[in-house]
Amino acid sequence: MATDVERWKDEVYGNDIREHLFRFAEEGWDAIPEDEHDEWFERFKWWGLYHQRKGQESYFMMRIGTPNGVLEPGQLRTVAEVADEYARGPVDNPEFGAAYCDWTTRQSIQLHWIKLEDIPDIFEKLEADGLSTQQACGDSWRNIVGCPVAGKDTHEHIDAWPVAEELHETFKGNDEHSNLPRKWKVSVTGCDQGCGQGDINDLAFEPAEKHGELGFNVRIGGGLARKEPRFARDVDVWVPEEKVVDIADAATRLFHDHGDRDNRFNARIKFLVDEWGAEKVRRVLDEEYADWDLETAGEDLRDQYTYNAGGDEHGDHVGVHEQPDGNYYVGLNVLVGRQGVDDVIELADLADEYGSGEARLTQRQNIIVTDVPESDLDDFLAEDLLEDYSPDPHPFMRGSIACTGTEFCSLSIVETKNRQVRYARWLKENVDVPDGVTDFHIHLSGCTASCAQPQIADVSLRGMKTRKDGEPVEALDVGLGGGLGEHPQFADWVEMRVAADEVPGYIQNLLAAFDEQREGEETFREFVAARDEDALGDLADPEETDYEDPYMHNTKMTWYPYADEDDLDASPAPTDGDGETISADD
Amino acid sequence: MATRLRLLDDAAWVSVNDDRAAGASEVWPVADSFCACPLAWLAVEAFVEVGADGRRVDARATGHCVTCGEAGTTSWLPVGRVTDDGFSTATGVRRSRQGSPTSACRTEP
Repeated sequence: MATDVERWKDEVYGNDIREHLFRFAEEGWDAIPEDEHDEWFERFKWWGLYHQRKGQESYFMMRIGTPNGVLEPGQLRTVAEVADEYARGPVDNPEFGAAYCDWTTRQSIQLHWIKLEDIPDIFEKLEADGLSTQQACGDSWRNIVGCPVAGKDTHEHIDAWPVAEELHETFKGNDEHSNLPRKWKVSVTGCDQGCGQGDINDLAFEPAEKHGELGFNVRIGGGLARKEPRFARDVDVWVPEEKVVDIADAATRLFHDHGDRDNRFNARIKFLVDEWGAEKVRRVLDEEYADWDLETAGEDLRDQYTYNAGGDEHGDHVGVHEQPDGNYYVGLNVLVGRQGVDDVIELADLADEYGSGEARLTQRQNIIVTDVPESDLDDFLAEDLLEDYSPDPHPFMRGSIACTGTEFCSLSIVETKNRQVRYARWLKENVDVPDGVTDFHIHLSGCTASCAQPQIADVSLRGMKTRKDGEPVEALDVGLGGGLGEHPQFADWVEMRVAADEVPGYIQNLLAAFDEQREGEETFREFVAARDEDALGDLADPEETDYEDPYMHNTKMTWYPYADEDDLDASPAPTDGDGETISADD
Repeated sequence: MATRLRLLDDAAWVSVNDDRAAGASEVWPVADSFCACPLAWLAVEAFVEVGADGRRVDARATGHCVTCGEAGTTSWLPVGRVTDDGFSTATGVRRSRQGSPTSACRTEP
């Protein structure tokens, strides 16, 4: 039986949603019929709009998809100006202020507190500068990710940027592919380091050679959500660069036809690959969807992958790196991926002054300024802003990633971003970094949706609850030893329901045990891999320290966890276009 | 009048008549046999089914007891009641009902 979501999609979906969205925006919040809220909020996702959680009715999160994370000259400023003018809520965030931009793990941008009435003006401003929210969410081709420095990378074998760009232009707004059974995440890697993170995407292109020609091997069925993580499976297909769009079209149509539309829990293609196996996926692709004979896989570069591979690695794009053209790109660390708008505007100025004006977003929530001439490097690196967004950060600041959390998200179980900021600062002040560790990944995800990609971190944190001193408190499950590379590995979950204020103490004890017990130059990932579950569980205990956590109460049961009056009953929502509370009697 | 019931956003919350009635992260005191505790304190991680009998809305949830850590899926527990003024959320100890609601919606709609 068709689900409600499938029925709603059959009625109105894709590009057609826009005219309805604009009509509602013009007429105001009350114009959305009360008995149609669920269906319209589900549809709005296709245009990058998520209705914020309970207590924040009438406000939306807006996601802007920037393919491959590329922000062309001028676009960073446009995003900041939109955030400054439209992404301001009733209460400031104590760490980040009144307006801010989030850089996400899929190289997109998220703004919060967007009002329905402002959406047409925002779209006009974004689209005038080549930016869009189209298909940033919903059951469709999502933002295409890849090597964030594609085209500007000395490790590159194929420039993945024009490939990602062509996929973006082909599949965004394409009515034939606008209504898929579920989200469809695509990655393009062109380098020998593996920084496209193809393994955790629905469809992955990875560089490979065949007949002396560089092209791409295809992998299908990766994803992290719902305690069902999968690495993308090798379907034994190689395509030359000019066939990438064709095989992507074939794979998407296969998903369109065979993805499970009766059960959204089973709809992602990873479950179809589980059911069919990679061999059948290949056979069906070849016989029913590709109009040419598929080639078998070529020789890949996976044995060279260093990105998040656990060694003396290329764990991110932070730092100063030479481009093939002799200029430099400078990767700046953005703690938990959130920047206040004043800082974003200043960074846009600096990108104009020292680089080409281009900026790029990474899959580790950081931002890169490209095209800086060598002669300007020292002056750029001396800018005050880079003290807060360092190209040479402390390992605990560098490795911290967090999802949106209960601040705005319906799915999350715990507060995340502000907590992870406090964790990183405390760890920096109190924990010795083991010798040789320059990059230590700690990812905090508020729930099993895994937006912070916890399973591929050294220390994985996932939102939970426990009881402490007689009271329910926010807690985290702790996993260890995840990462990518030639042999990707999901974290082992070793400590469950650790009270959130005891997690920094746990990490301190864990790293002390690592430092004491490691053999020689053994990396943390090797150290974890060498131990069984019991041994990992015995490594360290959670512990209270002088770390203080102001978010131990149930932050989801507030209307906004940082408001002075945070009870749900104190919420000003829903509000009108001026931010004034709409009375239930109106 | 029929009550519209849905589980949305990866079954993170229960929608009753297009309004959010319950969500992941809530902690419910649960009587009966979810775990060995005399009273389980269930941290709701997601929902499995939602159903209604007349005005009463029930759901089955997945989660764990924050006291003992036992994880699993509950039997049918009250979420609240549809009233003439909207939806009234259940409070206090939740006890499982006998049998299934007459109309149920499993997983996401």
